[in-house]
Amino acid sequence: MSALARTRFARAAWVIAWRQLHRMVIKPTTFLLPSVLMPIFFFVAFAGGLSAVGDAPNFDYPNYTTFQYVFVLMQSAVFGGVFAGFSVAADFESGFVRRMMVATQTRSAMIAGYAIAALGRAILVWVVVTVVALISGAEVSGGAGDLLSIAIIAVFLNIAALLFACGIAMRLRSLQAAPLIQLPAFLLIMTAPVYVPRDLIEGWVHTVSDVNPMTAMLEAGRELIIGDPARTLAAIAIAAGLIAVTVVWARTGLRRAEAAG
Amino acid sequence: MSQIGYLAQRSLTRTLRQPAVVVSSMIFPLFLLAVNASGLSAATDLPDFPTDSYLTFALGLTFMQGALFATMGAGQAIAQDIQGGFFNRLQLTPLRGPALIVGQLSGVALQGAFQAVTYLLVGIAFGADLEAGIAGALLLLALAMLVAVAFGSLGLALGLRTGNGEAVQGAFPLLFVLLFLSSGALPRDLIANDWFQAITTVNPVSYIIEAFRSLLISGWDGEALALGFGCALAVLAAGTFAATAALRTRMART
Amino acid sequence: MSGGNAGEANERNGGNAGEGSGGYGGNGIEVEGLVREFKKGPRAVDGIDLRVKPGEIYGFLGPNGAGKSTTVHMLTTLLPPTAGTARVAGHDIIKEGPAVRDAIGVALQEAALDPFLTAHEHMRLQAGMHGIPKAEARRRGERLIERVGLSEAADRKVGGYSGGMKRRLDLALALVHEPRILFLDEPTTGLDVQSRTALWDEVGRLASSHGVTVFLTTQYLEEADALADRVGIIDDGRIVAEGTPDVLKAEIGRPTVEAAPAEADALERMGAVLERFGQRSPAPQGSAAVRLDAGTGELAEVVRALDAAKIRVANLEIHAPTLDDVFLAKTGKHLEGSADSAAPPTGELEALPA
Ligand SMILES: Nc1ncnc2c1ncn2[C@@H]1O[C@H](COP(=O)(O)OP(=O)(O)O)[C@@H](O)[C@H]1O
Ligand SMILES: [Mg+2]
Repeated sequence: MSALARTRFARAAWVIAWRQLHRMVIKPTTFLLPSVLMPIFFFVAFAGGLSAVGDAPNFDYPNYTTFQYVFVLMQSAVFGGVFAGFSVAADFESGFVRRMMVATQTRSAMIAGYAIAALGRAILVWVVVTVVALISGAEVSGGAGDLLSIAIIAVFLNIAALLFACGIAMRLRSLQAAPLIQLPAFLLIMTAPVYVPRDLIEGWVHTVSDVNPMTAMLEAGRELIIGDPARTLAAIAIAAGLIAVTVVWARTGLRRAEAAG
Repeated sequence: MSQIGYLAQRSLTRTLRQPAVVVSSMIFPLFLLAVNASGLSAATDLPDFPTDSYLTFALGLTFMQGALFATMGAGQAIAQDIQGGFFNRLQLTPLRGPALIVGQLSGVALQGAFQAVTYLLVGIAFGADLEAGIAGALLLLALAMLVAVAFGSLGLALGLRTGNGEAVQGAFPLLFVLLFLSSGALPRDLIANDWFQAITTVNPVSYIIEAFRSLLISGWDGEALALGFGCALAVLAAGTFAATAALRTRMART
Repeated sequence: MSGGNAGEANERNGGNAGEGSGGYGGNGIEVEGLVREFKKGPRAVDGIDLRVKPGEIYGFLGPNGAGKSTTVHMLTTLLPPTAGTARVAGHDIIKEGPAVRDAIGVALQEAALDPFLTAHEHMRLQAGMHGIPKAEARRRGERLIERVGLSEAADRKVGGYSGGMKRRLDLALALVHEPRILFLDEPTTGLDVQSRTALWDEVGRLASSHGVTVFLTTQYLEEADALADRVGIIDDGRIVAEGTPDVLKAEIGRPTVEAAPAEADALERMGAVLERFGQRSPAPQGSAAVRLDAGTGELAEVVRALDAAKIRVANLEIHAPTLDDVFLAKTGKHLEGSADSAAPPTGELEALPA
């Protein structure tokens, strides 16, 4: 890509992101509130309702609120991507994608635009969740480097989820994509160590969580936030690996959409 | 009577004709049951936890969840009728309002029973207890049907008032809040947060779940059953009242 | 920043002007054997050849489902062809998509606009997608919005616009990067008469004073007739006739005579008389009509013949051929929206369906 082409790509990606962010300001009840309220709700239900689980024998993580705070951070990273996928599907249905496809020189600028917007919203959600978590007693004792690592993991996860969702939306090109985006994301989240550390999980969820990529990120996040990192690099590598796979998935999805018109 | 039968049959066949809806309202609660039974089993090690099978414990929540799906179904169905014009045609017939409500709800009750039987069989197959025995199972089914009808009437009221499937869908998260802010995951006295405990104490869904659970875990517990049936009846009364009022407004409007 | 913009503008325009200057290169369209087959559908476009000269307004006329939009989608790089090739502004639509997109402006049949954005915000979005810097985008946006008469509504959300306003905004958006070729897919379908003529004026002006090449699809004969320099008639994915409206009509040639007798029982006899002058063609209840054969006489002769047969005439009309007659002659069908077979194929009746 020449310097000019890069500039044009960046401009296109930015205005596409701006459109998404703009509607969050214009109509926050539809485009912003659900993605803020959902993680808050999960945080309240899990950190509040299940806090006794932190007292179970062999539960060796120091603070259940912190334990769930990290879960909700990662969960909102994933669901930020999922919600953005719904927007892509809706734009296919309304025909808006055609406007973008015929106006952008390099069409992957569309994906980049949605990704920027999804990240912007996720950051806002993370800020709100963090404030709520700190107020309700989450403990953050990791250093700046640890917190930066958490941020990197969460951002990577958010981008991977968005690329996955885009890939589905671009293959189905209608809102029928919504359950097909949501279900795998939900399965991924729920079969990770959500309520208790992995060694306290019994039965099949334990087996699944061993191979679930979400597990590494959740566990690394929970270690980092209390300043006791052990498996950070592995988690970042797995998150980067997810991006590498989902980039291909999204790009081939874009090719399919282009071929179908 | 035949009117009611016709509407009940129509409501049921339509549900069955949407296998995706039936399956998701079957599968989703069962999936959550499986995840929670496995993921939260450590909770049974808490002092004073009433059973050592979290699966048995979590099954109570599953029955409640199934009923909530029935709610959405009923609301969606009537909203579709209104949007699709079937409702207008109905109004030209000598059909009376109560018949419409009873007819729709009969379909919901049957769906609720069908789901409850499935949950119970799956639960027992995977080792859940049923302390109250066969008679208890029958009572459990009765409660499941009652709860489905009670929440179904709320869905119906919502559908009649809004006449819009999307609006009904939008209420779905609200039901989930009711479900999650209840004693569905832990016994009430083990909830450590004072304010969370306070919320679960005023949430009627808690008592319904506890009634289901009492039959599974402790056998015949008159107080729990009375509270559970009482709450379900109260919801039913509120829902039917709201649905009748909404129906009257709609009839007057058209 | 401003220095960079100037260089950019040079690269954008200069890069295009140099290439494909042979033939119809610069602003033209050349299509050869274009085919599009849908997997679970028909052969929507079935081997189309056409050429549009720079600065020309080409009207692509055909009924619903003829393949107009599919053709537009292929020429605007939204849909790859199953077979065949096309060059738009000198660039291959398959291999040089980005260059084609730079040179063309497109207003699709469904003017997909974002109900939550204002006209100004749409301009900002559209210009940004084309890579136009913000300041320049604002300047062009103002000018274009004014040109299509939306200045007053420009800060209102598009969700509240009328159909005509949306079309005008869509047209303005298509122009923001100063394209050399404009594709308009049924730009006036569903518009009232006033909005329609306003849009015709604007398109005409773009072609005549800005030298923009226009490829326009329509279901309306009147539109093709009034606006297009040249018309291609498409049916079932094939071009069945092509030429200037006048030449096409002249090929069909003969006008139609339609008459109604004063006494209803004379209708049959009247038909028989008329048939001496040409072939019967559909007519409304109580009338008979024929398309005059070449070589037969004028209206006066018909009148004399009817007089000689002692048929009293209540009404007698002569209709010049229309593009619908051309369509009828080539396909055996009437155009969508034109009068049904019981009515005469006259231009007046077909115009402006409700
Ligand atoms: N994506 C598609 N898949 C299958 N068939 C299609 C698709 N798009 C258009 N068609 C079919 O191709 C034919 C031509 O459609 P179109 O180009 O939209 O016609 P027009 O624009 O002239 O009304 C129609 O029969 C239409 O149903
Ligand atoms: Mg079309």
